[in-house]
Amino acid sequence: MILNQTSIQKIKERAKEFPQKKSAILPALTIAYQQEGYVDEAIYRELAKIIDVPYVEIAEAATFYTMFPKKPRGKYLIQVCHNISCALLGADSLVEYLENKLKIKKGETTEDNLFTLITVECLGSCSTAPMMQINQDYYENLTPEKVNKIIEELKAKA
Amino acid sequence: MFYSPVRTNAAQVAKDENLHLFRYVEDPDQCKVDTFVAHGGYEAWKKVLNGMSADEVIDVVKKSGLRGRGGAGFPTGMKWSFVPKDSTKPRYLCCNADESEPGTCKDRVLLERDPHSVIEGMAIAAYAIKCHLMFIYIRGEFAYAIERMKQARDEALAKGHLGKNIYSSGYDLDMVIYSGGGAYICGEETALLNSLEGHRGQPRIRPPFPAIEGLYASPTIVNNVESLASVPYIIKRGAQWYSSLGTEKSSGTKIFSLSGHVKQPGNYEVALGFNLKKLIYDPQYGGGILGDKKLKGVIPGGASTPFLTPEMIDIKLDYESLQEVGSMLGSGAVIVFHEETCIVWTILKLTHFFHHESCGKCTPCREGTAWLEQIIRRIENGQGRDGDIEKIEDICNNILGRTICPLGDAAVMPIQSSIKHWRDEWQYHIEHKKCMVETHFEFK
Repeated sequence: MILNQTSIQKIKERAKEFPQKKSAILPALTIAYQQEGYVDEAIYRELAKIIDVPYVEIAEAATFYTMFPKKPRGKYLIQVCHNISCALLGADSLVEYLENKLKIKKGETTEDNLFTLITVECLGSCSTAPMMQINQDYYENLTPEKVNKIIEELKAKA
Repeated sequence: MFYSPVRTNAAQVAKDENLHLFRYVEDPDQCKVDTFVAHGGYEAWKKVLNGMSADEVIDVVKKSGLRGRGGAGFPTGMKWSFVPKDSTKPRYLCCNADESEPGTCKDRVLLERDPHSVIEGMAIAAYAIKCHLMFIYIRGEFAYAIERMKQARDEALAKGHLGKNIYSSGYDLDMVIYSGGGAYICGEETALLNSLEGHRGQPRIRPPFPAIEGLYASPTIVNNVESLASVPYIIKRGAQWYSSLGTEKSSGTKIFSLSGHVKQPGNYEVALGFNLKKLIYDPQYGGGILGDKKLKGVIPGGASTPFLTPEMIDIKLDYESLQEVGSMLGSGAVIVFHEETCIVWTILKLTHFFHHESCGKCTPCREGTAWLEQIIRRIENGQGRDGDIEKIEDICNNILGRTICPLGDAAVMPIQSSIKHWRDEWQYHIEHKKCMVETHFEFK
């Protein structure tokens, strides 16, 4: 088993909230992602057993959404919004800044496996642009000084 | 997890007795149930449970003129009245908190800073349709809002605002918090319901409408966060008061998310019919264009609404005025861009979004948005060809009106309006293989 008892228990508790068990699929995928940082076919199989739905139902849902990647990423996933409101305030140059700072290209992970840098669609932070999300946290109204500090602090913490 | 630092006009709202949604959003304790109650929270819910019938609630909301704040502008009370009275199936209410239309960041503020106001609105709506289990579908990326909402729900349950036999009225109501998986399309109500049932978030063919057959094939109402948060005030102060705010066909107040090239981006609550030019230039709101540059254009209601040119912005922000000039109020996301913005670059940003978010169910949208992005990217990269504009127009015409949900139309409308307003710039880009205005925005 990949999923630990805590995750399994969480999934079972969540499933009780819904009138139909299939509704537990997305919450279960979220819990699995929170534990492992990815959700692949082996995990789909475990989830299918826990929720008691066919494997294909899990796979079908999981592959539609952006928040359940099949492969693990760096310890810190940096997601930069590159949509219009952020782009008007320099989101593209923010991506370049991060590429230079981390010495990787968009879509790549640093050698020490600490940072993965990707661009994403609108994160609902348009009046505080430009912005990025690192794991669960939003960082808004970004400036080069702020970004530099955020990255340095995460490096120091790791 | 962090709280949104977005600028709001809460101080101004506090001085105007007719504005209400943002009254307490700068109070850090507003998210706690006791503070919310001290500020008059849950009074409307008590009033409803202590003596209003479901039909009376629907009637008040109908008469208030409240229209859906998520984008479509459909009358909220009328939507509720579509739930069949004789249905023996359970009924469900879903609050749509899947805020992801580029430019829109208003619901997040309500969810994070005044979560009980959303719960109270949901509870009243649930009662109006005789629902005993309500859901809130929050986009998965809003981790902080999800946490806040969970705390608020648990507090509301502990204090008896939700749960069994609420205020000894005999009414039971429970609430489920559901987080999405990252998909813009789930803001479309039937896609949201599919997602909530554990499927891919793809829209359903209507009819049947959700009010007849929605979640788990039962009567279901889906309402936006801001629409629901408006309901308690309508119940407390009456339909007449609410309909006296705003304009004749667009009553009440609305939150506008102002973003892009303005000095003071933020979320501003104003009465509908507020002047767009004032919103952009007034020192109390947008404060003018960044760097005092010249305005080039405005997207008035989120990424899917047609552009306005500078000569069009002396206009009332309401459903009918924007429709008259060929645009839409949408979600109230006003995106401003100045003279140094290339229109092809802007459209490429928008089209990339819709291509990425197309769910793939309908061929015209799935294939069409991909072709559009490809052609527009080619033009932006200086490889445009003769006839590209006509090709883009042809693809647009073959998407428009030919898809199950409005995402296809949403992708097309800004493109069409940009060609209408700035055809010479598109032409220039193709002929000269470069932008008419050099576009490079540094973050600083």
